[in-house]
Amino acid sequence: MIDFIWLALFLSGVATAMVTGRMPMVSSAILKGAESGVELCIGLIGAISLWMGLMHIAERAGAVAWLARKLKPVARRLFPSVPADHPAMGAILANMSANLLGIGNAATPLGLKAMEELQKLNPHPDRASDAMCTLLAVNTASITLIPTTVIAIRMQYHSAHPSAVVLTTLVASLIGTCAALVLDRLFRALSHRRQVR
Amino acid sequence: MSEALAVISEWTLPLVVSLILVIGAWRRVPIYQTFVQGAKGGFSTAIRLIPHLVAMMVAVSVFRASGAMDGLVQLLDPVLTWLHVPAEVAPMGILRPITGQGSLAFMIDIFRKHGPDSHLGLLASTMQASSDTTLYILTVYFGSVGIYRFRYALAVGLMSDFVSVLASVFAVWLVSGMIQV
Repeated sequence: MIDFIWLALFLSGVATAMVTGRMPMVSSAILKGAESGVELCIGLIGAISLWMGLMHIAERAGAVAWLARKLKPVARRLFPSVPADHPAMGAILANMSANLLGIGNAATPLGLKAMEELQKLNPHPDRASDAMCTLLAVNTASITLIPTTVIAIRMQYHSAHPSAVVLTTLVASLIGTCAALVLDRLFRALSHRRQVR
Repeated sequence: MSEALAVISEWTLPLVVSLILVIGAWRRVPIYQTFVQGAKGGFSTAIRLIPHLVAMMVAVSVFRASGAMDGLVQLLDPVLTWLHVPAEVAPMGILRPITGQGSLAFMIDIFRKHGPDSHLGLLASTMQASSDTTLYILTVYFGSVGIYRFRYALAVGLMSDFVSVLASVFAVWLVSGMIQV
C-alpha cells in the first residue's frame, strides 16, 4: 500500500513536470522535501519531550489511571481487542483526551506512546492491527473542542469573532469522527471476511 | 462568548501543565527527576521518525512542485462544486489530508482575500480545524513502530476527510443560518 502511494506521488509528479516544464522546480523540491522532513522531526523533539516528561509525572501520580477509569466504557467499545488493564489503554485514553482538548502538540506524542504499546500486542509486527487502525481513525478525524491554532490566526487577521469557529468545528469534527468510526468498522469487517476465505 | 473562548484557548496549556505538576507534587512524585526521565524518550522517538518523514515529504513536495497537485485540484473541482463546496475553498479540502502547512497557507490566503469573518473565511477555518493531516499522521504513527502494511487505515482516513469537508460546509451553513456571523 505505502509502496504504491509513494511511487504514485513520485511518478505522477515527474510525469506532470515533463508536460508543464517544471522539472527544475521538481529537482530542487526533492532535496527541499528531504530537508523539511528532518526539520519537522527536529521541531517535534521539544514538544514530544515536554509531553512525554509531563505524562511520566501524570502516570506516576496515578492521574492517567484515573482518567482511564473515567473514559473506560467508551474506549472498551472502540478498542475491544485491547485488555482493559493494559498500558496501551491508558495511552489511548490520554491521546483521546489531548485530542479533545485541542492540545495537538500533546496528542501526537501520546498517540506514539499508544502505538508503541499496541505494537506489543500485535502478532504481526509489520502489519497494522485492528486496534491501530481504529486509533488512526480517531486521530485523523479528531474531535476538537478548542482549535487553538486556527483561533490564533483568525485573531491575527483581525477577525471580529475569532472563536466563531469553535461551534462549527465541533459540529463538523463530530460528524467526521462518527464517519471515521463507522468506516473503520466497515473496512475491518470486510478485511476479516477476506482473510477467512 | 467569543472572548471567553479566546481566554480559554490561551489558558488551556499553562493550566494543564500546572495541574499535572501539582498533582505529581501532591502525590509525592519526585517531579523534576520523573520529568527528565520521561522526556529522555522524546529525542529517540523524534529521531526514529526522520527516515519516514523524509521519504514522505520528498514525494509530497515533488507532487506539489510539479503542478500535479494543481491538476488534481482542477480535476476534482467540478465534483466538489456539485456538492456545494465553494470553488474557492475546494482546493483546501484536497490539500488538507496531504499537507497541513499547505492548507494552512491556503486558509490564510482566503483570510486575506475575503476576510476571516466571511462565509468563505469561516468555512476555511472550520475545514482546517475539524480535520487533520491524514497522510502525515499515518506516516508518523505507523513509522514510529515500523509498520509498513497500513491495511485499510489510509482508505478510512481519506474517506472520513471527505466527509469532514462536506460536514464543514454543512456546519457553517447551519451556524450562519442560526446566528449572523
